[in-house]
Formats: sequence, structure tokens, C-alpha cells
Amino acid sequence: MAGLDQGPAEPAEPECEVTVARNAQYGLWLFALYLAVYGGFVGLSAFAPNVMGAEFFGGVNLAIWYGFALIALALLLALIYGWLCRGLSAASSHTTGNELNRTGGGR
Amino acid sequence: MNYEPSTLAVAIFAVIVAITLGISFYLGAKAKSAKAYFAAGGGIHWFVNGVAFAGDYLSAASFLGICGMIAFYGYDGFLYSIGYLAGWVVALFVIAEPLKRLGRYTFADALDAKFNSPGIKLSVAISTLAVSIFYLIPQMVGAGTLIKPLLGFPHWVGVVSVGAVVILIVVTAGMVSTTWVQFLKGGLLVIFSAVLVVMILMRGLEAKPASFSTGADVNVQSLLAVKGSERLPDDGPWKWKPYVRIRDEQGEISIWRIPTEPSAGKHSPDIKLNPTQVVRTGPDGKKTTRIASLPAGEKHQLQTVGRILALPAGSSQTGSLSPGGYLSTFSASTIEVWREETITEADGTKHVIYYPEAKQGSDLLQPGNLPAFKGIRGDKLFDKLNFLSLMLALFCGTASLPHILIRYYTVKDQASARKSTIVGIACIGFFYVLTLYIGLGAMTSGSLDPTNSNMAAPLLARSFSEWLFAVISAIAFTTVLGTVSGLIVAASGAVVHDLMSSVWQFQMTDYEKVRSAKWASVVVGIIAIVLGILFEKMNVSYLVGWAFSIAASANLPSLVMLLFWKRTTKQGIIAAVIVGMVSSLTWILLSDDTFKGVYNLPPSMAPMPFSQPGIVTIPLGFLTLIFVSLLTPRPTAVGTATTPVLARRA
Repeated sequence: MAGLDQGPAEPAEPECEVTVARNAQYGLWLFALYLAVYGGFVGLSAFAPNVMGAEFFGGVNLAIWYGFALIALALLLALIYGWLCRGLSAASSHTTGNELNRTGGGR
Repeated sequence: MNYEPSTLAVAIFAVIVAITLGISFYLGAKAKSAKAYFAAGGGIHWFVNGVAFAGDYLSAASFLGICGMIAFYGYDGFLYSIGYLAGWVVALFVIAEPLKRLGRYTFADALDAKFNSPGIKLSVAISTLAVSIFYLIPQMVGAGTLIKPLLGFPHWVGVVSVGAVVILIVVTAGMVSTTWVQFLKGGLLVIFSAVLVVMILMRGLEAKPASFSTGADVNVQSLLAVKGSERLPDDGPWKWKPYVRIRDEQGEISIWRIPTEPSAGKHSPDIKLNPTQVVRTGPDGKKTTRIASLPAGEKHQLQTVGRILALPAGSSQTGSLSPGGYLSTFSASTIEVWREETITEADGTKHVIYYPEAKQGSDLLQPGNLPAFKGIRGDKLFDKLNFLSLMLALFCGTASLPHILIRYYTVKDQASARKSTIVGIACIGFFYVLTLYIGLGAMTSGSLDPTNSNMAAPLLARSFSEWLFAVISAIAFTTVLGTVSGLIVAASGAVVHDLMSSVWQFQMTDYEKVRSAKWASVVVGIIAIVLGILFEKMNVSYLVGWAFSIAASANLPSLVMLLFWKRTTKQGIIAAVIVGMVSSLTWILLSDDTFKGVYNLPPSMAPMPFSQPGIVTIPLGFLTLIFVSLLTPRPTAVGTATTPVLARRA
């Protein structure tokens, strides 16, 4: 477990403003997408439970499929977010926030 | 129910505890500074932290509570799984990186990073303590629940023993040992839950038409045909209840349930009756158990329940099934589930009646079976709002739980915070899919204790083998250890770092801070033990719902607005935290669920229109912050770290 072991205390993290802002923007877009799908699930469960109980695919109802889809979507969006932010982090590791501002952006 | 103590389970649990304590003592030497004690020195690898997130978050409520809820009520328990997981989306996309950037040891650090205000520290520390205590209660209840089948000891012994072990873990190495306990527990929980589900799928489903609860040939006529039997009148609390009470020659009373509406055919002598299991507590407190279908004159033990009455196409056994095949077959089957009703007579005699009910699998796989969610199949708006409110609290609550948030301080940077959250989502999401199969497996296993939904998963494991039961029970115990450790670290951090150091301005060296935190851990641990004993009878997942509501109402509005609205003031944050916490707590304490479950008062006396406060109190927190911030002077110039994230590119 050497590679996973507890390391020494880390110095303060250098921060790139552009990266922080773009990460936040990606996060909010993905959050809004998930919120819409989650809202649909909760709304259907509350106001149309019969629709949720109707068979949807393979002898299994919509409630089950929708629930599984929400869990899968959370992981999918998390991976997409990680992938998007990884690119930005790499860029910011070579250049500071001020440099990015001067050159017009991080990407 | 009669539980046989399991030496094997005790041995496995002892091994796991020994390993975790060994890790704690070993790491204790590395955790001498406050940063090491409260935040593991910020040096935990992101993958370890991700699995530890799962170990921290997948509490007794998730494992015991949700599986039990699904085992008794079907899909409604899975709604909790979905809500709990969805909350991680908020944590990843909105909270993780800013929190890591702003804070050091506690959640209050992040909220106070811009203002350096004792008022913020005080209010957030109080909310942290309130949420931690509410979250601790169900964990300790879960520990007490497990001790009976493991050792045959009473509930309080489990609570005290888990409390003692956790205090020892936290006191030795704080967040360092807590992290490794959670990593170990998270990994074991996910792996062995997957093993359990594979075994469920391999066993498939089996119809068991014959059981002690089969009352197809019993009716009032046949019961009265027995010499010396008489039917008791339906008076007092029995009026309009769907029960027939028969007193036999020896004076023993058996209670049978009419499987139709109370007014329809109650007096028809040939209507078929279902036997019940009854625990009667007399005015003197003496308890007796009577199972209607078993011969009188014997000492009765409550029977395990849960079976399939009929499989599709009249088959008796399916053999192994695919994950999809399991659900579709379950959906097309008829299942016997057990429900509970309490009837109290004028002299104080209490009858807790457990009775069977036949349900279609398709009905159990859609929302609306759980008593708390029944209203979503009706027309009352308040019932629907109650459901929406709970789902909102679960969605917003995860990213507001102090013991989850402090885990972001244990990694080195924002990228690690992000990556560990993704690992956490993968582990937690996978586990929640498994809960559906574990719950449905327990529902049809014939091994459910009708008195205790929290024991569904361990008893399901026992229906396979004593070994699996031992392992699952030991892991469930470890589950409690991991979560309680995290909660105690969060609470002790709030006491020492926020209250003592920042609010009361105690001048402490690093060593004194750590020593104070250890004492605070002992005190919080003892409080948790006492509350765990007092709240024995409540479903653990339900109690966690309260903690989520308080966390979401008190903490989330301030955190989100601080990050995304530059006009946020310290007065706004203090007001929002206090209003969110007080309003949600007040709402819960005055709700019908609390009246019924805690005060033992009629739910109709409760002044709140529905039980779950989130849909009112979360927006109230946001509105309070906006209103108070607009009434107070603009915050002065701020540093980069606290500039609202979306304003940074301007």
C-alpha cells in the first residue's frame, strides 16, 4: 500500500482562477442536468405513481429502471466532470492564473 | 424471536476490531499535531479517501435501515438509496473543490474563511453538533440491534460496546485511524454485499404456499367449533378493527385477522381468517406471545416471516436468475408481507399485532407502500409535499453533513477532492443497487423478524449460512464503527477548533488542542451511547432522514450562497444557519411522526401539516440569508480564495 499510504502534510495549493471558474461552470451545468432528471423522477413518483408502476422494459417497471438510471447517470456525469477538469488542471499546472488571464484563457 | 448467539460472528468481529484498533494504535504515533488529528495531515491518497467516503457514508442507516425498509415495504426503501446517492452529485459538482480551497479542519472554517467571525463559528459549530448527534443516534441504535443475534445480550450492551470501541479508535489517532477504519469498512461492505447478492441471484425465488401463517381453512365457525371456545365482543378499542378474538377453554386468547375492510363481512361466520402473531404487554408489564395458529398452552416464540405465495405460471422454484430476471419474476409473483398494528385497551394492556398481507410483486416495486409514503397514491397535497420534502432533504443533505465535509480536508488538493468524490460515487452507487436485491431477497427468504426491520440483511445472510451471517454481522458492526468515528471527529473538531479556540479564544498549543479534542470525543461518545439506548425502537433510516433535513436546512444555503453570491454577509450566514437549524428541528419535533414515534401521542395532535421539513426550511434558509445580507453592509474587499467562483473570470 506504499502508493496509497498517508503522505506528509502538503503545502498550500497554488490556485488558478480560470481553472476554478471553469470547473465551477462545468459543475453547475452538469448539476443542472442531473437536477432535471432527478426532479422528473421525484415528480413522477409523487404525482403519477401509476406511471412509475407501469411495465417499462423486460418485465420491470419504470420506477426500477428510472432509479437505476439515476444511479448510473450520477457516475457517468461524475466521470465526465473528472475528465473535463483533468484537462484544465493539466493546463493550469504549467501556467499561473495571471498568465492565463493575459493570454485570454486556460484552454 | 429467539436469537441464538453466534460465536463465529463474535470471532470475526473481534478480528476486525483487533485489526482496526491495531491500525489506530500504530497510526496514533503519527497523529500528534492538530492537523494530523483533525485532517490526517491532508496527506491521504485520493483513492483511499474515496473508499473511506463510502465507509463514512454507508452507515447503519444505509445497510441495516434501507435493506430493512425494502424487505418490509419494497421499492420505497430504494427511494432512500436513490436520494442518498443523488446528494453526492451536489457534493461533487458544487461543494467539493471550493470547500477544500476554503477550509482547514471543520465545516465552519469554510463558511468563515471570508469573514473571520466568531458568530459564524459559533452558529455553525452548534449546527454541526446538532446534526452529528442526530446522525449518531441511528448508528448507535443499529449497534444495539445487532448485539442480540451476535451475543444474545440486550440492546444496551451493543450500544455501550460499540461506543467504547469507537471512542478508543478516535482517541488514539483521530482522523488518521478513522480514515483507515472507514476504508476497511467501506471496502468490506461493498465486497460482501456483492457476494450476498450473487448468492441471492443464484438461489433464485421459491414459492412456499404452506406456513404457520396459512389460514385458508380457518373461519369463525371452525374456531368456535372447538369445545369451550367463545368469541370476545368487538368492544372498546376493538370496535371497527378487522380482528376476531377467540378465548379457549384455558382462558387463552388468540387473535385472527379478517383480510378485508373492517366494515365488510366482519360478522360473517364463514369468512376466511389469517392468523396473527401477538405480543401482549399486561398492565403489570408482563409480556406474553401468542401465535394464533399454533396450539394453545405452549410457550410461543415469534416466528420468522417473508415468503412467496405464488410464482408466475404456477412454478414452485425458479433456479438461478439474472439481475433483470430476478426483478421481473418478483414483479409477477404474489408475496406475503407482514404488517404491524398496536391496540391498547382501557386498562393499559397493549397488543402489538403482526399480521400477514398478500401483495403483488408489481405493487411492491412501485412507490407508496411505506406508511410515510402511502399518501403519494392519494390526492392529499400535503402527503405529496411530505414526500417531495424528504427527497429534497436527501438531495441537499449529503453535501451538508459535517462528517462528510471534513473528509475533503484529508486530501492534498482540489483535484484529489474531486477524484476521491468520483471514487466515492462509484462505490456508493454500486452498493445502493445491491440494496434493492438484498432487501427483496430478505423479503422472500422466510427469515425476517417481524418486530425488527433493521435485522433484515443479517438474517437474510443467516438463511444462506452461519458463516455469511457471521461475516455480514461483523461488517455491519464495523459499519457502525466507521460512521460513528467520523461523526465523533467532526463533533470534537467543532467543539475544540470552532468553539474553544475561535469563539471562546482559549489559547492552546497544538498538543493541548489534540488533548482537548480527545476529551471532547469521550463526551460526545457517551452522549451517543445514552441516546442510542433511549431511541432503541426507531427505524434507523428514518432517524437519518431527520439529520439530513437539519443539515440541508442549516448548512447548505450558507455554503452555496457564499460560493455563488458576492453580496453574502456574515450576518446573513449566521441568520441562515440559525433559522435553518431551529426551523427544521422545531418542525421535526412538532410533526406527526415524532408525536407518534417519540412522544406516543396521537399524530392528529401534531401542529405541522406534514413530517419532513426540507421543502419549507431549506428555501427559508436561502431567503433568510438573502434578506439579512441585503439589510447589512456589503462585505469588504475579499481575497481570491473566497471570491464567488463564477465571478472570477470577470
